[in-house]
Amino acid sequence: MKDFAALFTTVDQTTKTSLKTKALAAFFNTASDDDKLWTIALFSGRRPKRAVTTTQLREWAAEVSGIPLWLLEESYPIVGDLAETIALTLPPPSRESDLPLTHWITELKSLAALDIEVRKARILDAWDQLDPTERFLFNKLITGGFRIGVSQKLMTRALAQATQQDEASLAHRLMGGWTPETTTFHDLMEAEDVEADESRPYPFYLAYQLEDRPAALGSPEDWQAEWKWDGIRGQVILRNGTHHVWSRGEELMTDRFPEFARLIDFLPDGIVLDGEIVAWDGAQPFPFNTLQARIGRKTVPKKLLKDAPVILLAYDLLEHDGEDLRNLPLKERRSRMDAVLETLSADAPVKAAPPLPFDTWDTLAKTRATARDHRAEGLMLKRKDSPYLSGRKKGDWWKWKLDPLTVDAVMIYAQQGHGRRANLFTDFTFAVWDGNDLVPFTKAYSGLTDDEFRKITAWVRKNTQQRFGPVRQVTPHHVFEIAFEGIHASPRHKSGIALRFPRMSRWRHDKPLEEANTLDDLREILHSYG
Amino acid sequence: MITQHPTGDMTVLTYLCFMPNCVLTFTDRGIYCPAGDFYVDPWRPVDRALITHGHADHARPGHRRYLCTDACAPVMQHRLGNISVETVKFGETRRLGDASVSFHPAGHLPGSAQIRVEVAGEVWVASGDYKVVPDGISEPFEPVRCHSFITECTFGLPVFKWDDQSDVARDLNAWWGKNAREGKASILGAYSLGKAQRLLSMLDPEIGPILTHGAVENTNDVLRQQGYHLPDTIHVTPDLKAKDHPGALVIAPPSALGSQWGRRFGPSSTAFASGWMRLRGVRRRRAADRGFVISDHADWDGLMQAIRETNAENIYATHGYTDIFARWLNSQGYNAEVVPTEFGGEDDEAADAA
Repeated sequence: MKDFAALFTTVDQTTKTSLKTKALAAFFNTASDDDKLWTIALFSGRRPKRAVTTTQLREWAAEVSGIPLWLLEESYPIVGDLAETIALTLPPPSRESDLPLTHWITELKSLAALDIEVRKARILDAWDQLDPTERFLFNKLITGGFRIGVSQKLMTRALAQATQQDEASLAHRLMGGWTPETTTFHDLMEAEDVEADESRPYPFYLAYQLEDRPAALGSPEDWQAEWKWDGIRGQVILRNGTHHVWSRGEELMTDRFPEFARLIDFLPDGIVLDGEIVAWDGAQPFPFNTLQARIGRKTVPKKLLKDAPVILLAYDLLEHDGEDLRNLPLKERRSRMDAVLETLSADAPVKAAPPLPFDTWDTLAKTRATARDHRAEGLMLKRKDSPYLSGRKKGDWWKWKLDPLTVDAVMIYAQQGHGRRANLFTDFTFAVWDGNDLVPFTKAYSGLTDDEFRKITAWVRKNTQQRFGPVRQVTPHHVFEIAFEGIHASPRHKSGIALRFPRMSRWRHDKPLEEANTLDDLREILHSYG
Repeated sequence: MITQHPTGDMTVLTYLCFMPNCVLTFTDRGIYCPAGDFYVDPWRPVDRALITHGHADHARPGHRRYLCTDACAPVMQHRLGNISVETVKFGETRRLGDASVSFHPAGHLPGSAQIRVEVAGEVWVASGDYKVVPDGISEPFEPVRCHSFITECTFGLPVFKWDDQSDVARDLNAWWGKNAREGKASILGAYSLGKAQRLLSMLDPEIGPILTHGAVENTNDVLRQQGYHLPDTIHVTPDLKAKDHPGALVIAPPSALGSQWGRRFGPSSTAFASGWMRLRGVRRRRAADRGFVISDHADWDGLMQAIRETNAENIYATHGYTDIFARWLNSQGYNAEVVPTEFGGEDDEAADAA
């Protein structure tokens, strides 16, 4: 594990992508095939099954460290990472070892079959031979979410360098339902036919936010516009008589959306559609919170299926008759898609996302202004002759979102952040006036600069009125502009409303407390936009 | 318990005191001794202030009279300008009203002290900031037995444990040496009083020249004149040419990193040195290439060792994770209370100094 720990240390010590890539490529050049396979798996979101619970892990760590459990629990939010908290708290190891990454993963997997007392003894034995960095990584393998500053894209680039493969085709190889248990490094890298895995999706092409005016994009006739729907980006795959549904986060969501099973009856085999999965009321999408009820469920009760049925609003055809179409221009892919979809009956769980015709950028701007009426967040602009690239690439696809809604609110509670923001107050609760009372209505975590977070942190420390565990009630004083993308009624909240994507867009130093918005103002926004 | 009693022309809130006759009390101006009519490290202007050390959150301007160690005075005068200072030697006892006071090394930085106050046989110690392991430049920490101990707990969590200074020095010099070989300057962000000089004393001058920012060099001058030994340094003046000093290590206040000032050295690797660098999240937020874990505050084990060695029954926790630390001490059989502070040692400058 020392080579993997050294790789982590190098990656963690730099903010430069080029140095991270170089370190990772060097690791791929020297590590064993098993370690390489697991490294690819870890950095593409595949991790071993959890063999012990984090509760057990906390209890054992506190016991070995000779401190009460509550003290470890109190340290955790300050460190911001449980694996790290435990690694830092444990006493030094009594011996050294240098067993490979794969050994420790195999060890963790084998624990599942053992008695809890034996599991504990094996975990303690591991801690006792790993140094703090190795322990941190070992704990990370257990607690999951192996996010250590290496994105899948960066890992793919390093692997492409090390194996001298094309990055885009490698990215495609690494997609899909494989795990280190079902393949080998050799098979993963060298398999002749990428399509051998019938469930394998294509890497998603991601759009950048349009910062400029669209006129900077050139002539309107080179561009296609669609609504930017507020759903889940997904790929629906029909191959060999079966179907698969992937989310943009590369999560297999086939079982969550059983509606798509019927696609087999509507569409020819060997087809891959890219689009937005939305809850559909028959004419337009339901608000996002209706879909949200579906996302949380691995199996869907009948009533929910009836109340919140989903469809795919398809906007791209990536594969047709088993042929990869990604290098064709968009307008060609689009017209092939329309030809496939136009014959479908109205009750099919897929529809072509309608293109929005426009002659000038000004007329398109007028269309964009009506996005909320169509339950859309804004527009997508796509260059008509663009191929379907992989990952986030500038130039051909842009999202042109509506300006957010805003409200001025008073900060009333503060809590420390996690990870990179541990030790800073970054998580705030905001309130609006209801008569002489301040009613909390949203939390927000982002939007301020590091410098502003430092300033507000110092202020919170000096203006704490009461503590409730990690939460501090602060003197109502500071007013922030809260920007958000949507608003809906919510009986679960005291204020009766809930916001979508709330964030702090401005620190209103200029605004006195009394001039913050009121609950009535919020209700009015709910009435207009909810 | 909260009681109110008049002192002079103001009403002072006094609270958190186990004894019927408190040697030290906690007021809205800071730690106050009624028997001797003086404050320790007060944060609002007072008549007489006893100062533990020269950091800005302990030695504030505006008091009428200052009392500190002779080792601490020069830096304080350098920072606060024309103030009225009396000095004592470490260990020397001074009578103030009905109180006997003496200053004892705190090991935090050169000249830093804990303050012992005795009234009618009852002994209290205000620790100021401290660390128990010797750093090779500060007067080493001396445990002082007392009935009540006011302790800082900046790093009062079990996740904070420091490596030996020699191990950190080896890593620091290895980083510098590697940068020098690669033709890069090494820019090290460190608080200009205390941390900077401690780091200087850890460096291997054989590796290359050591350059200092003005804020660091001014403090170096003061300490050198007092007789503290520091390696030779070159003051970075506006006309200094970085290319005349290849392979240099530059020590500057953290705020200078990433600024125009820092860019003059061309290709460089940056680092911070602080106890907070123990936490990966903080390390990443500071976005330097390296974070060296080295602090002038006691780590978890150091705090516990210091508290044990005072033999005190009553512990007052201030500066840091006070709630958690006091709860832990109570579970260990001490009478522990949290002392709320207005400054808290948590503002940015103090955090950098940690």
